[in-house]
Formats: sequence, structure tokens, C-alpha cells
Amino acid sequence: MSLDKEKIKHVAKLARISVDEAKVESLTKDLNSIFKFIEQLNELNTDKVEPLTSILNQSLRSRKDEISDGKIREKILKNSPKENEEFFIVPKVVE
Amino acid sequence: MSKEKFDYFIRGEKGKYEVVIGLEVHAQVLSKSKLFSGSSTKFGADPNNQVSLIDSAFPGMLPVINEECVKQAVRTGLGLNAKINNYSVFDRKNYFYADLPQGYQISQYKNPIVGEGKVLLEMPYGSKEIGIERLHLEQDAGKSIHDMDPSNTYVDLNRSGIALMEIVSKPDLRSPDEVNAYIKKLRSIMRYLGTCDGNMQEGSLRADVNVSVRKEGDTNFGTRCEIKNVNSIKFMQMAIEYEAARQVELIENGKKIDQETRLFDTKKNETRSMRSKEDAHDYRYFPDPDLLPLKLEQKLIDDLKKSLPELPDKKKERFVKEYGLNAYEANVLVSEKEISDYYEEVAKLSDKKLAATWMMGDLFAMLNDRGLDISKSPISAKHFAELVQAIKSGEISGRIAKEVFEIMVESGDNPKKIIESKGMKQQSDPKELEKMINEILSKNKDKVDQYKAGKEKLFGFFVGQVMKLSGGKANPQLTNEILKKLLKG
Repeated sequence: MSLDKEKIKHVAKLARISVDEAKVESLTKDLNSIFKFIEQLNELNTDKVEPLTSILNQSLRSRKDEISDGKIREKILKNSPKENEEFFIVPKVVE
Repeated sequence: MSKEKFDYFIRGEKGKYEVVIGLEVHAQVLSKSKLFSGSSTKFGADPNNQVSLIDSAFPGMLPVINEECVKQAVRTGLGLNAKINNYSVFDRKNYFYADLPQGYQISQYKNPIVGEGKVLLEMPYGSKEIGIERLHLEQDAGKSIHDMDPSNTYVDLNRSGIALMEIVSKPDLRSPDEVNAYIKKLRSIMRYLGTCDGNMQEGSLRADVNVSVRKEGDTNFGTRCEIKNVNSIKFMQMAIEYEAARQVELIENGKKIDQETRLFDTKKNETRSMRSKEDAHDYRYFPDPDLLPLKLEQKLIDDLKKSLPELPDKKKERFVKEYGLNAYEANVLVSEKEISDYYEEVAKLSDKKLAATWMMGDLFAMLNDRGLDISKSPISAKHFAELVQAIKSGEISGRIAKEVFEIMVESGDNPKKIIESKGMKQQSDPKELEKMINEILSKNKDKVDQYKAGKEKLFGFFVGQVMKLSGGKANPQLTNEILKKLLKG
């Protein structure tokens, strides 16, 4: 797999990271060399191996259905860029 | 009921088009707390008051799954006759939006908790099976409010993190009517199970609707469009009609249909393109590193299966067998658990068939008029059964019963009391009726002679006189019998 400049710009956009046009060239080079390194793994045959998503041989821990949290509005809204007493306020987003 | 033929096609100039519909239903799980946090799920709370640090995605917070939400998903899967997967995985679905603080939704992508199942619909043209592709658990997003400020959007995260079941159907639906029947059936099953309240006004049940069209007889699917987040059955139906017509027009004009996400504008009654960006579906799913795979013991699944209530399809069969109802009556009476409970209570105390007829007629009409659920019926099941019995035993006529019914609605009194206090009891004593009829006949000698000479139409006149004299209370059947006997003599 090789990444071109368009792909780099696309991924940056999806991740909401602004990338200077001047930096796209070097980023593409860097990422491609990282990919090349990772792609060495493709030499292994993994046809019959399930992807490993966790190294812990455990199942998900669960909790009882009880109300144990919430009612901390003030604390939560403190981190809003703009707020009133009740809501987070963000620039208009309408489709 | 005679069987109609299926006939829903869009008729273009160049032929008939079949409409192919698949639904992704989002059903809010009934649970006290959220899927991965201990905040309350109660509807209608003050904004942002049911939000934890997890729901608002503070750094370093770890999600812990609510075991009840898992059980609810399994119960729903069992109710949909679906395969329950002992192993499932939670993934991150990445996108940016103001009401999604995490920047991703925790969902299930490759390994959902529930696999293929099926739902049975009763249509006027016969029963039809709709395939279920899968059911998975995911988090709901918060709510954006756009109309409180001209230049800002207000965000309420109370809904953020509530558990949703996304139920994906196969593209087996073919008309707005089938969509209506499908949603109602899903809702009914989940309400029986107690896994979702199905309240569409409060957004507990919403759907994304996938629509495509193809020439009648074609076996390949056309290009589909997805209409996002439609929150009433009526709007779903309107959106499908509009969208199918739009696609047919494009095809007939030799244009291409773009696969895209569209929005249904309820004010203009049209769908329009929502996100032109082609990266809208580039969600970059990957397994959530905060969550281990979900493994279900077979015993848990078996135990849940044993504890399921009787579901509508089974109950319908039983109603036909046990109460002698026809398929249509049974279908209506099992549609809501509360309705079926009411019916069973009435049927235990009165005539089963007559109870069904009166429930589906006068009782439903009254509830409908008043916009009431059966659980709020001003007439209790016990009183209703007494009314049915009074009709069945001949104590009152059907016509009088309607009057008694009205008074019951207004007063909440039991029918016995009403019938007695208003003297509405039907006259069913043969001796008294005979006396009254003899009186009438002797007053109308001329008409009796005409009747005997062959003018049989006059029979109705005599019946009318009896009713008039008795104030409508004479038992009609008995009146007919006695009249016939006396007129012969």
C-alpha cells in the first residue's frame, strides 16, 4: 500500500487535523516509509488466524443496571468553550 | 376476508417499477442507566443533568457495560427468532459532530450480538416473512437544538450514551404499507418483551430508510438512497413515496441515481441530499481498545429464552384456538400486550366471540375518539364483561347496550346498576309480551285481516308497534316468534 498526497489530505480532514500544503510532501514520505516497515508483517501467512484485538484472555467486565452518576452539570459545562446554565453552546451546525 | 393481490408499483412512462425498502431501526433499550455509564436514562430531565464524565468524554474515563442492556438485546434477538452470538465485539465508529463528544460512537461492526432472524407480517394478501440481517448494541448521541439561537447550536447530552439496538432488516419490504406493518410488529414484539417502550414521539424508535427501485421482474437491485432518522411511520411512508417517485423519474430521463444520504423535510414533504461529501461513510471502524470482547454463556441465553413472555405470534395462534376468534380478530387483539390482557380478562367472564366484536367495535371507537390507551379506559374489563354478558343473556338488546355503554363511559358505573336504575331491561317474559301483542292486534283488526289476506309486509308494522309500546325494550327475537304464532292463529 502506498499513500499519495490526496490520501494524506483526506485522512487529515477526517481527523480534523489541519496540514500545511508545504508539509504534505514530507508527511507523505514519512508515512509511506512507516507503512513499508509495517507491511513486512504481510510476509506471514495469517489466513487461518483470527485478528487479535486484545492480549488479555478475559471477557468484558459488566456492571449492574443502577443509577450511580449524573447531576454534575456545573462541573461538566465548565469545560464547554461557551455555555449557559443549561447547555453546551457551539457554532451553528445545521444540515 | 378475501385475499387481495399485492399491488404497489410506481408507474412510469416506460413501465412499472418495484420499490425495494430496507430499514435500520434504532430502538432505545429500556434500562435505568446508560450503556457504559451510571447516568439515568429517564426522558424529559433538565438539560445536561443526566450526564457523567464518561458520557461527556472526559479524558481517561473507562466505559463499563451495563449487563441489563446486554440481556435486553438478547431478549429482543430471541423475540426476532434470531441467532444470538456468544462472541461479539464493540467497535469505534469515527465521525465528528457537536453532539458526539467522544468523536466516535461505540457500536458493533463486524461481530454484532445478534445475527440473522425473521419477522412475520400479516398483509391483506397473506403473510409475509421479513428477514432480519442483524441487531447490534450502540450508544445514542446527544441532542442538538438549532432553534434557540440564530448563530449557535445548543447541545444537551442527556441522551448521549443511552443504549440503542440497531435492528437491520434485509431489503425485503416492498411498499409503505409493509413498512407500516413491519414497524408496528417490531414495536409490538419489543413492548411485549419490555425491551423498548416504542414511544415514537419521544424518539425511542426511529429509523433510517433505504429505498431503491427496479423495473418489475428485474432481479438486480437498483442504486439505493438512505433517508436518515425518520421518526414516525407516517413520515417514513411519505418519504418512501417521494423518494421512489424521484428515482423513477431520474431513471426514465436517463439519469444516474447517486448513492447518498438524504434527509426528509417534513414541511416540504420531500427528500433532499444531506451530505454531498463522499467521505460521509468513511467511519474507519476499529475495535474499541477500552472494551474487551463480549462473551455470553450459553446458559444465560437459555435462561433468558425460558423467561420470555408469550409473544404476539404465539398468542394469536392461541386466541384462534382457545377463543374461537378468526385470524383478523386475533391479530388486532394481540397487537398490544395491554389490549390482549384486557381482552383475556373480559373473555374469561363473558362470551368470547361477542366480547371480541364489542371490543373492536364500540370500545376501540370510544378510546380512539378520546385519544386514550386501553390502560386508561374509563370502562374496566370487569364492567365491560358484565355488559357483554347482559347482551348475551338477552337481558338487554344490542341497541340498548349502546346506550348503556355510553352511560358507562360517562359515569364509570357498572352496567347492572345502569340497567336497573334506568329500567332498560329487555322485556323477555313471553307471557307479558304475548299480552302486549294481543292488545296491539286487537286494536288493529283491519291490518291483521290484510296481513292474513297476503300483505305480509305488514309484519314490520306490528313489530314497530311492539317496540313503540315497550319503549324499545321488547326482546326482538321473542317478539318475532310470538307475533308469528299469534298471526297464524
